[in-house]
Amino acid sequence: METDVIIGLEIHVQLNKLNSKMFCGCSTNYHNSEPNSHTCPVCLGLPGSLPVLNKKAVEYGIRVGLALDCKIEEQTLFYRKNYYYPDLPKGFQISQYDYPLATGGHLLIKGDDGERQIRITRAHMEEDPGRLIHAGTIDKAKYTMVDYNRCGMPLLEVVTEPDLRSPKEARVFLDKLRSILEYLDVFDGNLEGSMRVDANISLAGGDRAEVKNISSHKGVEKALSYEITRQRNLKRRNIKVVQETRHFDELRNITVSIRSKEQAHDYRYYPEADLVPIRVATWVPAIKASLPELPDAKRDRFREQYGMTDDHAKALTSDIKVANFYELVAARAAPKLAAVWVANVLKGELNYRSLAVDSFKPDHMVEIVNMLDSGRIAEDAAVQIIRTILDKGGSPGQIVSDLGLTRAGDDAVLRAVREAVAESVVAVEDFRGGNERALNYVIGLVMKKTKGRADPAEVHRLVVEEVERT
Amino acid sequence: MLTQLKDQLVAGSSEEYLQKLFDKIEHSSLNAFTTLAKDSALARAREFDRKPWQGLLAGIPIAIKECISTQGIETTCSSKILKGYVPPYDAHVVERLKAEGAIVMGKTNMDEFAMGTSTETSCFGPTRNPWDLGTVPGGSSGGSAAAVAGGEAPCALGSDTGGSVRCPASFCGIVGLKPTYGLVSRYGLIAYANSLEQIGPLTNTVEDTALLMEIIAGHDWRDTTSAEKGSYIPGLKNGIRGLKIGIPKEYFGEGVDKKVEKAIWDAISTLESLGAAWKEVSLPHTRYALAAYYVIAMSEASSNLARFDGLRYGLRKDEDQDWHTTYSEIRAEGFGPEVKRRILLGTYALSAGYYGRYYLKALKVRTLIKDDFLRAFNDVDIIAGPTMPIPAFRIGERINDPLSLYLADVFTVPINLAGVPAVSLPCGFSGRLPIGLQLIGKHFQEDLLLRAAHAFEEATPFHLKRPEAV
Ligand SMILES: [Zn+2]
Repeated sequence: METDVIIGLEIHVQLNKLNSKMFCGCSTNYHNSEPNSHTCPVCLGLPGSLPVLNKKAVEYGIRVGLALDCKIEEQTLFYRKNYYYPDLPKGFQISQYDYPLATGGHLLIKGDDGERQIRITRAHMEEDPGRLIHAGTIDKAKYTMVDYNRCGMPLLEVVTEPDLRSPKEARVFLDKLRSILEYLDVFDGNLEGSMRVDANISLAGGDRAEVKNISSHKGVEKALSYEITRQRNLKRRNIKVVQETRHFDELRNITVSIRSKEQAHDYRYYPEADLVPIRVATWVPAIKASLPELPDAKRDRFREQYGMTDDHAKALTSDIKVANFYELVAARAAPKLAAVWVANVLKGELNYRSLAVDSFKPDHMVEIVNMLDSGRIAEDAAVQIIRTILDKGGSPGQIVSDLGLTRAGDDAVLRAVREAVAESVVAVEDFRGGNERALNYVIGLVMKKTKGRADPAEVHRLVVEEVERT
Repeated sequence: MLTQLKDQLVAGSSEEYLQKLFDKIEHSSLNAFTTLAKDSALARAREFDRKPWQGLLAGIPIAIKECISTQGIETTCSSKILKGYVPPYDAHVVERLKAEGAIVMGKTNMDEFAMGTSTETSCFGPTRNPWDLGTVPGGSSGGSAAAVAGGEAPCALGSDTGGSVRCPASFCGIVGLKPTYGLVSRYGLIAYANSLEQIGPLTNTVEDTALLMEIIAGHDWRDTTSAEKGSYIPGLKNGIRGLKIGIPKEYFGEGVDKKVEKAIWDAISTLESLGAAWKEVSLPHTRYALAAYYVIAMSEASSNLARFDGLRYGLRKDEDQDWHTTYSEIRAEGFGPEVKRRILLGTYALSAGYYGRYYLKALKVRTLIKDDFLRAFNDVDIIAGPTMPIPAFRIGERINDPLSLYLADVFTVPINLAGVPAVSLPCGFSGRLPIGLQLIGKHFQEDLLLRAAHAFEEATPFHLKRPEAV
């Protein structure tokens, strides 16, 4: 940690789990669609059109506010933020100013020197502008096209106090925020442009620079690292850091100053009279009651309920999908063992392939953990099964027999099975003659030999295999 | 009149009637219309003649102000910047009129973006007053008023931000209603000052206004400031016995034309003879109303008119520069001087450092003015006074003196600030020129207001006189 680094973030979160835009009925599902196909008079800002507030968007905003321990305002109040830009069809953006939806919260992160509360100044709602597509680079493009499909998407802007002390902390904060947003089911972070960050950074005693519109968590970390170096170099040479807006160039990993006409803004905020205020104070208790278990609470519960380590609990709860996957597995297989295999092995193999957890079936994980638990397969075989499923498909049982991965020799259950089959000539003959139930005798024998420690279903399968083999 | 006209059209021919109107308009020197929807209107009339449909306005043509969106008919707010803009949708009121069988015959002239009291700032040239072609028809809905008064349309819609329906109704000797803010949906009305304006009817009789209100008033989900309607026709003829009328002392005296003042007192005597009683009331903050109105209206205009940049519709230059330059060029060329004046003043009033001194202060005055009315309405049922302090003035007389034009709005703007309803109806003449009586009601009490207006109209001959000039 560098003690003189001061970082604050403004995070624009698209509430992209909503079905319709912030102030009109257009669908939010515009990704991969023709440009300007998801538009109407309202989100195109056609003369005479009026906004109608999407109440569900406010509800989502309140959900996030409550999850960040914010105080929720009594009623919604929207303002116009006036500025000209081609992506803004009305010449103003409907946003919030005084009395934002949520204020004064905090988020606990694992900081560079242990856990720390990062204060949340406010979270307010606004509409997303359209998207500019330049023919070439921004400075050399001959023309620019505008796609208004994104225009009017519901945004929540989360603003932190300058409590972050390093680029890494900023990234940890963003990861945690994303995790919470996905837990709340208001946000899908995989969609392009769903989270965009403005980062304010200064060295103690110096002026701050604002790096605008960074679209990835890694980008934030890199931009901030670059800024720290730049500002330190200036300081060393006794040059004052100027307060300015900078752009992060993702290709070169540097920040550049944007000196343009549109920089010196006076947004002339004033209340939006087309939207009547809605009293939301009465919504809060019900929304609070419906909040899902959040990452921190789930982590504590996983540790206690399943007896896993805190590291595993953290790894399994940072992504709601992984947490849900794990719980499905843990319901039908040894939970502690499942925790190790999901957190350490499966997550790693998925990351390596840039796959999400939904590309692996919980049933398959149950089978793998059970085989490990019964000692039928060894650990390296389990890893091989997981890799095979991810790369080629198939099911664990199939892969085990195809690749001959069953653990040999000293396996107590297997030995018992072999002995029992050898000792049950009549029953085996009956079974071969078509009497299914004849196997029960053999299975009972195996259970007796293993003192009941074997899994009957597993034993059943092994017995069948053994009978077929001999 | 409209009800009788409907019967005539069913018995006779809607097409013939409409064709006569179009012939008259084409030979007229009023310049009341901007665009005639001849083809679509005549086709509709032919359809009606073949198989008449039901509806409160079945087969009746109506003229619509240039700032109200009509699908497929150019809608420019009489501004060069919107030349060529054809809305892809109908305003709520137009939808309602069509649903009741009306035929949209064309669009009427107005002051550019409704910013005026004379209909002289239009890019289509000035409209003339049918009572005296050398005088203005009032504004900003001068085209609608002149069309109705001149017999070129049986009824029309205007919009009233600070008197824009009542002023031309007064100058042209017809009935014009500014409804309670929120009674008529603004969806499709191109905004000038959205917290002040309402769409309102311009008609020959009070009954016609009541009829149009039955159609256009009421809640529309697309305008969240809109409210449920009352009922205007049934009680219309119930008389005004026992009605208490307030006469605001601030609406008489200095600045009010002597003939206007006399006509208003005569009107009060008439109302008294019909069984009403009057008493003096005070609206003490009236003298601050103009200043507050212009600060609020111009501030809102500066934001509402920001969307006109030529990028998506309207005026276009041959070759684009960078967006900033192109915007500037298009707006410099597209807006007239009065519109520019108001955008500049409004931008200034909302700017950092001035917002509190101008905009917020104006909002406080607005509250005081509303309180004036609420207090007065504790003692009286309606308030009566002049609509305009003067009769219509000569074309060109005041166009270079914006302040004297603004001063003419002194009795109309307080009504918009307070959000209450007010109707102007003919109550006498100054020479050839009509004088308007303004009746002001409590919020959402259009029924009582129109009942009083109707009683006055029944007892007086002014509405029967028609201009000779045309
Ligand atoms: Zn839309």
